[in-house]
Amino acid sequence: MSSIIHGAGAATALSTFNPVDSKKLTNLSVRSQRYIVAGSEASKKKSFGSALTVRHSQKLIPNAVATKEADTSTSTGHELLLFEALQEGLEEEMDRDANVCVMGEDVGHYGGSYKVTKGLADKFGDLRVLDTPICENAFTGMAIGAAMTGLRPVIEGMNMGFLLLAFNQISNNCGMLHYTSGGQFTIPVVIRGPGGVGRQLGAEHSQRLESYFQSIPGIQMVACSTPYNAKGLMKAAIRSENPVILFEHVLLYNLKEKIPDEDYICNLEEAEMVRPGEHITILTYSRMRYHVMQAAKTLVNKGYDPEVIDIRSLKPFDLHTIGNSVKKTHRVLIVEECMRTGGIGASLTAAINENFHDYLDAPVMCLSSQDVPTPYAGTLEEWTVVQPAQIVTAVEQLCQ
Amino acid sequence: MATAFAPTKLTATLPLHGSQENRLVLPIRLAPHSSFLGSTRSLTAHSSRRLNHAHATRRSPPVVGVQEVVKEKKSINSLLITKEEGLVLYEDMILGRSFEDMCAQMYYRGKMFGFVHLYNGQEAVSTGFIKLLTKSDSVVSTYRDHVHALSKGVSARAVMSELFGKVTGCCRGQGGSMHMFSKEHNMLGGFAFIGEGIPVATGAAFSSKYRRDVLKQDCEDVTVAFFGDGTCNNGQFYECLNMAALWKLPIIFVVENNLWAIGMSHLRATSDPEIWKKGPAFGMPGVHVDGMDVLKVREVAKEAVARARRGEGPTLVECETYRFRGHSLADPDELRDAAEKAKYAARDPIAALKKYLIENNLAKEAELKSIEKKIDELVEEAVEFADASPQPGRSQLLENVFADPKGFGIGPDGRYRCEDPKFTEGTAQV
Repeated sequence: MSSIIHGAGAATALSTFNPVDSKKLTNLSVRSQRYIVAGSEASKKKSFGSALTVRHSQKLIPNAVATKEADTSTSTGHELLLFEALQEGLEEEMDRDANVCVMGEDVGHYGGSYKVTKGLADKFGDLRVLDTPICENAFTGMAIGAAMTGLRPVIEGMNMGFLLLAFNQISNNCGMLHYTSGGQFTIPVVIRGPGGVGRQLGAEHSQRLESYFQSIPGIQMVACSTPYNAKGLMKAAIRSENPVILFEHVLLYNLKEKIPDEDYICNLEEAEMVRPGEHITILTYSRMRYHVMQAAKTLVNKGYDPEVIDIRSLKPFDLHTIGNSVKKTHRVLIVEECMRTGGIGASLTAAINENFHDYLDAPVMCLSSQDVPTPYAGTLEEWTVVQPAQIVTAVEQLCQ
Repeated sequence: MATAFAPTKLTATLPLHGSQENRLVLPIRLAPHSSFLGSTRSLTAHSSRRLNHAHATRRSPPVVGVQEVVKEKKSINSLLITKEEGLVLYEDMILGRSFEDMCAQMYYRGKMFGFVHLYNGQEAVSTGFIKLLTKSDSVVSTYRDHVHALSKGVSARAVMSELFGKVTGCCRGQGGSMHMFSKEHNMLGGFAFIGEGIPVATGAAFSSKYRRDVLKQDCEDVTVAFFGDGTCNNGQFYECLNMAALWKLPIIFVVENNLWAIGMSHLRATSDPEIWKKGPAFGMPGVHVDGMDVLKVREVAKEAVARARRGEGPTLVECETYRFRGHSLADPDELRDAAEKAKYAARDPIAALKKYLIENNLAKEAELKSIEKKIDELVEEAVEFADASPQPGRSQLLENVFADPKGFGIGPDGRYRCEDPKFTEGTAQV
């Protein structure tokens, strides 16, 4: 199917196209280093007249929280698929802290419907990797109660869409109880699962729940897109005292990448610089990152220099990384898989307009999926989500 | 007319621990004792043993139907409580009643707001169960939670302040009437939507089991979940009954059946109104008890709590009780029949316990009066304390949203928003 080709193609695109090692960029402890790298790229690119003058990047304040620096030698490390990276992260955290447990449908004996929990039940037992009956609302609530009394559950939604049944617990209890109890109880749960438009899975299995959950106060949302950040975000989410919702994507589980051997986490609140550039900022996350990188290939051939940022943190937005990029390029394109109405892109557009209005040379453009229940037919499904050709057209339009 | 002693009329009476002859044995899965649930192969291998259940080597008791525990105890012809216990129960119920009466007064004087649901009339259930628990056992309740919090040990001052919305409240004024939480006393709330707390209670019970079986700690903590008759038609209730029985979680599901869900009579909402029957359907004992009699409730509670502590799993207890006031202070309470209200008013649990204590020479009238006076003073003092306490400042607005305030994210200047000085003032943009 076309979407799988996109997935596989994008993975190779990521490893061969990007002139700078992506890991160097994503794991810097001081943000200013990112811009030193970006500066060196600028000299390679053509400029397109006065409309695209490059401003000097702002003086940056070192960030408050340092993430571990990556091992820059790429000779060590091991290659694995994204679902294996998630499993590795989960297993390491379960080894590290006996209070970490997993709950969900078919996570135990079956190994998880996307194999993320494969082998864990054999290693940790049936109580730590709990096969629940099919009652999302109740087992999510149960995990919340367990979290309030000292455990650190990782709740798996077999498909994120199923968590709609747990909305009561996620909104009222998961998000709110820390506040309504006056700070007495913490709810360090991780809610994770695959979502997004897959391969002709039909409307209900192709939902993007990040748009529904984003208003819930008290939760954080992150979306992983590479094996490296999948493992890093999984670990960070488990270690966080806040409830975190980790969005995975059905089509990205088989992406392959080499990741470091040693322990690392990805900061939950930071965005990831995928490709620095000068002409336009493209903000994206999850699967659309690969559509964007595919479009970037075409764009570079046409002489454009897009800066691609994987926002990773869907709530809260990393306005520092995003802001610095906007201040540099003055043009923003958001590419997302959410619906047009009320999606992450809609919130991001508002946030950018509110905070960086003065720096924009053109209106923020947002490419989202159509406000349509995802059809079954392959052709129709392809047209509901944003395709690389549309991204290229949008960039050309914005950069006129 | 039922007195404090008369056993409740039940449609099915079967001994919980009685002789072998009358056992109603329901087939249950016989998973191997050592491993939690085990493989499905071991399950099918044991299914043929169902018929020979009486000879099974496992000591777990069969699932049985309803029981009249009090009836059995009566035959031994001894008192159900000692003097000390009696006074503790009496004081707890008086505290519950006085506090709720004071809440009504304060509400109409404009000191507390919103939805306030009072517990008058149901004190026997709260006292009967919670006074048997230790500090580390957990209680989960609904919006009618003031008295559960008080019975569990949360001070009257903390609850009253919370109701007034003051900083000294048990939840810093952020929760209100429907969200009484106390980490110290393991009061896990206080929930506004019905049924919402039952999964949380199931989770607390799961924690106990996890601590015992995975972390190998000494943990005998049980959880008691209180909820009403209306909740028993909600999916979360059934989902949790299933999970609790499946994994033998140390939890007691207590139904406070006061026959009314705001204006909806239980009989008009429920196809089979006998809620206790739903326990055996899931593989746990279902017990019906007179919820207006604290001693009967206490006897059933003892049994259910002991079961849970032994690791035998959950129990469903249906307490027939009644609320003397409306659903909330905003409810005009016009639908309920005056005769029904009078009937239950005559069965006031406090009056019944008082009668029992005096008739059995466990306490004198004067002693009980002094307890009432003491409680009156306590509640008055709680009101004074709450009145004098400060209201929350602006700085409190953004605290406690996240346990780790980095969750508010990174602002345009590169610093975490929680580092912004305006954050502590409660005026930061988040």
